[in-house]
Amino acid sequence: MALLEVKDLKVRVEEREILHGLTLTVNEGEVHAIMGPNGSGKSTLSHVIAGKPGYEVTDGQILFKGEDLLEMAPEERAAKGVFLAFQYPVEIPGVATMNFLRTALNAQRKARGESEYSTPDFLKKVREVSKSLNIPQDMLKRGVNVGFSGGEKKRNEVLQMALFEPSLCILDEMDSGLDIDALRIAADGVNALRSPKRAMVVITHYQRLLNYIVPDFVHVMSKGRVVKSGGKELALELEESGYTQFEDAA
Amino acid sequence: MPAVQETVERVKRIDVDQYRYGFETLIDTEKAPKGLSEEIVKFISQKKNEPDWMLQWRLEAYRRWLTMTEPTWARVEYPKIDFQDIYYYAAPKPKKTVTSLDEIDPEILKTYEKLGIPLREVAMLEGVEPKPGEEDPARRKIAVDAVFDSVSVATTFKAELKKAGVIFMPISEAIREHPELVQKYLGSVVPTSDNFYATLNSAVFSDGSFVYVPPGVRCPMELSTYFRINERNTGQFERTLIIADKGSYVSYLEGCTAPQRDENQLHAAVVELVALDDAEIKYSTVQNWYPGNSEGKGGIYNFVTKRGDCRGANSKISWTQVETGSAITWKYPSCILRGDNSSGEFYSIAISNGFQQVDSGTKMIHLGKNTSSRIISKGIAAGKSQNTYRGLVTAHRKATGARNFTACDSLLIGDKCGAHTVPYIEAKNSSATFEHEATTSKISEDVLFYCIQRGLSQEEAVGLVVNGFVKDVLQQLPMEFAVEAQKLISISLEGSVG
Ligand SMILES: Nc1ncnc2c1ncn2[C@@H]1O[C@H](COP(=O)(O)OP(=O)(O)OP(=O)(O)O)[C@@H](O)[C@H]1O
Ligand SMILES: [Mg+2]
Repeated sequence: MALLEVKDLKVRVEEREILHGLTLTVNEGEVHAIMGPNGSGKSTLSHVIAGKPGYEVTDGQILFKGEDLLEMAPEERAAKGVFLAFQYPVEIPGVATMNFLRTALNAQRKARGESEYSTPDFLKKVREVSKSLNIPQDMLKRGVNVGFSGGEKKRNEVLQMALFEPSLCILDEMDSGLDIDALRIAADGVNALRSPKRAMVVITHYQRLLNYIVPDFVHVMSKGRVVKSGGKELALELEESGYTQFEDAA
Repeated sequence: MPAVQETVERVKRIDVDQYRYGFETLIDTEKAPKGLSEEIVKFISQKKNEPDWMLQWRLEAYRRWLTMTEPTWARVEYPKIDFQDIYYYAAPKPKKTVTSLDEIDPEILKTYEKLGIPLREVAMLEGVEPKPGEEDPARRKIAVDAVFDSVSVATTFKAELKKAGVIFMPISEAIREHPELVQKYLGSVVPTSDNFYATLNSAVFSDGSFVYVPPGVRCPMELSTYFRINERNTGQFERTLIIADKGSYVSYLEGCTAPQRDENQLHAAVVELVALDDAEIKYSTVQNWYPGNSEGKGGIYNFVTKRGDCRGANSKISWTQVETGSAITWKYPSCILRGDNSSGEFYSIAISNGFQQVDSGTKMIHLGKNTSSRIISKGIAAGKSQNTYRGLVTAHRKATGARNFTACDSLLIGDKCGAHTVPYIEAKNSSATFEHEATTSKISEDVLFYCIQRGLSQEEAVGLVVNGFVKDVLQQLPMEFAVEAQKLISISLEGSVG
């Protein structure tokens, strides 16, 4: 059974159809890259999978571990292992990052019927993970993403991903706004999470990220559909010749 | 922080329409006949065994009240109150002088137990982790004065306070036992002629707390009063008077609840604070009167006059309030900065949901030289509620070097509520520096979704975001109250979204 199966998905936003029958299958252990021009619907797809309100699914289905994902509340999807690293992580003033991490982690554990982490266990885990991502402890005392640089915000997303141990990670343009060093650190963090039980969907505009996170499959999205799929060499091809060759196919 | 988690648990356990403190205690009460007249004023005074000067003081207030009209400038709407349709005095029956907790009606003790208020002389245990460097809260003591309808039913830790020289007792007792102090200070901050509700209170107040901290004494524990309205159709008019003598310090907490009823009930309290030279008073309130049901029926009219007088040089008065209850709140805890170098603070969280109406804020009156004041107000409006911050900052001609900083932030949840900011600033001398900042924002869908994607439910997410929004003010509360307030905030916002 596939981990994620998106079948012929049609999605509308404010009366306008954005996804026109999108199909995508992701198995455990695989890393998929999704590339495509601005406005082709990449973020829309990630939002619909995560359950963001405001999107109307008019046709098709999404199965996650064989279950109907669209029937689940978004927090339920999170607890079941769907994680979305946002293209634009928001700021939450007054809520210390550490407090946020703990509240969220325990909410997920509780939803799964697991016991809450004890304070020392939790702190130990956060310390380990943040150290590997080069996140200073001081940052965790600040409000969630408040005053974080672009790179710090993205690293904070990877930190949460490592902490929550999801089975499906969707990374929406995690490379945007990162300098070379930050990119390497974040990518190393993501690579450390690759496992035979976990799948990743990496949305990006640039081949460069895929040098660090090497995908098993590359999909090209255009105008709300996957128009071409292939191996990692497809990304290189795109880098050379751009998206225009696929416009007609869409 | 585990408190957020706990909040959430609690929110889940109660239904939208269930006010946690809405139960009624069935006990025998003694009431004065309904309505207000000189006879009733005399009745109350007599019940309290008051000296004649006190009765005369009340009667003068009553006569003045007859000439006054209700204020209409606040942004609140309600049907005209029939002041003859209210009981002005209700007391739990067997009314004898209680000398120990064992003599109190067990039903009343049970009520306070249900409310989570420790009348037994035990330390407060809220399962709070102490901040590093702070005392273990389990060993911290809080002295409690409990006011049930019109009378004070219990005051704890009296003996220990007495050792320190601190007087903490029902004001009815203080009138008899310390008349010189009461006569000197009562009405000296809020005169009997001050405003319609304060004048009414002066005529009919039945109980409340009295605190006197002698020179140089740091009060050894937090003092607190819990007010409970139980009787139907009863107004509660408590009167609190706190005097911090030279170089002393006291922290005082006030909490309030009432049963759930269809009719509106009036609560018109007066609080007066006096800080002499180098003294400091910290006054915290968590106001959780019954707010009415989801259709806007019932609830408390909370029309309160609170004022502090920084009478001495270098004195300081700090108000912190968390206002979540009441159908209507009309309340402006203020500071008169009379002493040179004195300072006043007002930290406020005012939450309105359902059909609640809040018109609250503060006045900082700078009279002395180099006085300073600070106002941090956080208004949160949800449901169909209206939430107004109303503030006045003035500097007198002689108040050279007066400084004020004001920050008013409003957060809207949903689009059927309103938040309003009405600041008045008046500087009569050019050396005053007044700064004012104000923001109004809507709770962002993207922020909520971010939290939800990380596993929080919609309600948990709102609770978290709002608790973040009010953090600066929550930090001003004594720790036990901060935890309680945090829970209360989430509970009051229940059903505000989705
Ligand atoms: N809430 C919305 N209201 C209206 N239109 C929307 C909304 N969200 C997305 N769209 C439209 O849907 C289309 C797809 O947007 P989406 O953000 O999914 O593209 P993308 O592939 O992620 O682009 P980018 O590479 O720029 O991030 C765009 O035309 C966008 O304007
Ligand atoms: Mg996008």
